[in-house]
Amino acid sequence: MGITFRKETFRDDYTFRNSPEHIRRFPFPFNEDAYMYAVNIEPHVVGPKGSVLENLIDVDEHYVAEMQDRALVLAEDPLRCQSLPHMTLAGWDLLELLMEQQALGYPEHFTLERNGDRWRWINRPLGIDDTFTFGDTSTLPYGPMEYITRQSQGDFCILDQRDGNLWMDAGMVTTQADWSLDFDIGMNFFEWHAPVPLAHEKGIFTRALKFLTNIQQGKPARRLNWTMTINPRLDTSPENYHKWGPDRATVTPENVGQKVHLRVELQSFWRLPRSNAIVFPIRCYLIKMDELVTQPKWARRLHRVIRDLPEDLATYKGLTRYRPTLVEWLSKLDDVSSTSPGFGPD
Amino acid sequence: MAAKTIISRPIYGILSPQPGKHHLFIADAEGALAITDMGGKAPPGFFDGAEIVFIPGPEGKHIAALEALKPAQLHIAPSFASLLPRLRQTLTNAHMGLRLYLAGTEGLIGQAMQVALEAGIDHTSMQTEHRGSLARRMQCVHCKGITENVTTQPALCSHCGLLLLVRDHYSRRLAAFQGVCINAEDRSEIPPMEEAFP
Repeated sequence: MGITFRKETFRDDYTFRNSPEHIRRFPFPFNEDAYMYAVNIEPHVVGPKGSVLENLIDVDEHYVAEMQDRALVLAEDPLRCQSLPHMTLAGWDLLELLMEQQALGYPEHFTLERNGDRWRWINRPLGIDDTFTFGDTSTLPYGPMEYITRQSQGDFCILDQRDGNLWMDAGMVTTQADWSLDFDIGMNFFEWHAPVPLAHEKGIFTRALKFLTNIQQGKPARRLNWTMTINPRLDTSPENYHKWGPDRATVTPENVGQKVHLRVELQSFWRLPRSNAIVFPIRCYLIKMDELVTQPKWARRLHRVIRDLPEDLATYKGLTRYRPTLVEWLSKLDDVSSTSPGFGPD
Repeated sequence: MAAKTIISRPIYGILSPQPGKHHLFIADAEGALAITDMGGKAPPGFFDGAEIVFIPGPEGKHIAALEALKPAQLHIAPSFASLLPRLRQTLTNAHMGLRLYLAGTEGLIGQAMQVALEAGIDHTSMQTEHRGSLARRMQCVHCKGITENVTTQPALCSHCGLLLLVRDHYSRRLAAFQGVCINAEDRSEIPPMEEAFP
């Protein structure tokens, strides 16, 4: 039995919803009642059935709608997908990885047939059936990175490794939490993270870089990150901040449940075999407050996390304007009882 | 000199004579003084293998001081844009051992570095010294237009007209600081424009 893909939008009328099964599998990012940065990296291994970790590259009910939204973003702004000239081989590596993983996890939806360098890729949800020569860019309608990431949920950054550092030298970034690939492309690990508060002083990035540059092929790693978004908007880019920014001023006690979304990024890190680059998929999951609070443990915990978040972190995450309204709304769902350890719902 | 802020913000040094036979200096306005100051520390004959490219700017000063160094070549350019074709040619055909020295405004250093990076020269191998105006070259993240010589915080984008917060986040590839709409969430909030980068 395959996935039933939802027809929905991430803009204009915002018809995005999670089904009850998808609410239960949401990757809630808090395993305790408070949040602070940590190098929370762990091996990216397969998790429980029915979770977002059931497959290492997760495809869910939002797949088709997310790919349609990506196409709209790229039509408006082609600079969201860029690859410096030396990164084409890494693009082929990524194409192989995503085709293999999606075909492995979802054989009813994706098929990869290989005959030497002659490959056939069938993507049934998007109605694609292409035969091409692996390594020959002229046999695909786009470059290899763009081709496959137009068919894969999440943003993708490809990091070149040299001089003991990682360089943001290619990416498909249309669902980002307020950072610009076009501005950051070509920067090293410390430079593109420069605007993040507190974490540099804590030595987070030095330790993270050390970990990432040592990632081995076949042993991917992952971490969760989070922020909040008003309306289920995937494209919260700085490029369009003047268009979506006003939404932050529209939160009222009456509409918190529908407007405010927790936005979780499942970030994973993979060594690519031919190029020795690292690919960094940033998979975005959205859940509206009304959906999240159907799980009482999550409601209680989120209340405590948002209420106690240090001010500079709240500012960085853009919560300042609506945090009091959100905390007040969540407080009514917090009976002050204790929460069980771990991320999952009770 | 601006205070150190975030990691992507460039840090400039003080020019010092590097070993080698071929030296290329690119400077504007008061950047000339960084070269003449360095000249005092240079070994005899240092400028025999040096080319100085200088953009004097509106005040037109310091040309005589550079002539006095007796460089192998002194080229005066009216603007960076006019200099660009020559600079690309020079850097593309440069000797492996060419030493690059950039001095003057941040805009000049950034744009010259941008051309040098495109020619395959590593940014850490360039000598830089900031002199003169703190004015910033800013890219509007929204319309992608570059506004030159930004001295205020916030600043108006000269292309799309949005009021932008001039961040310290800097791209060597674009040779620009990032400008992000400062009142995106409520356009009726108009923070006062203050002279921040004189």
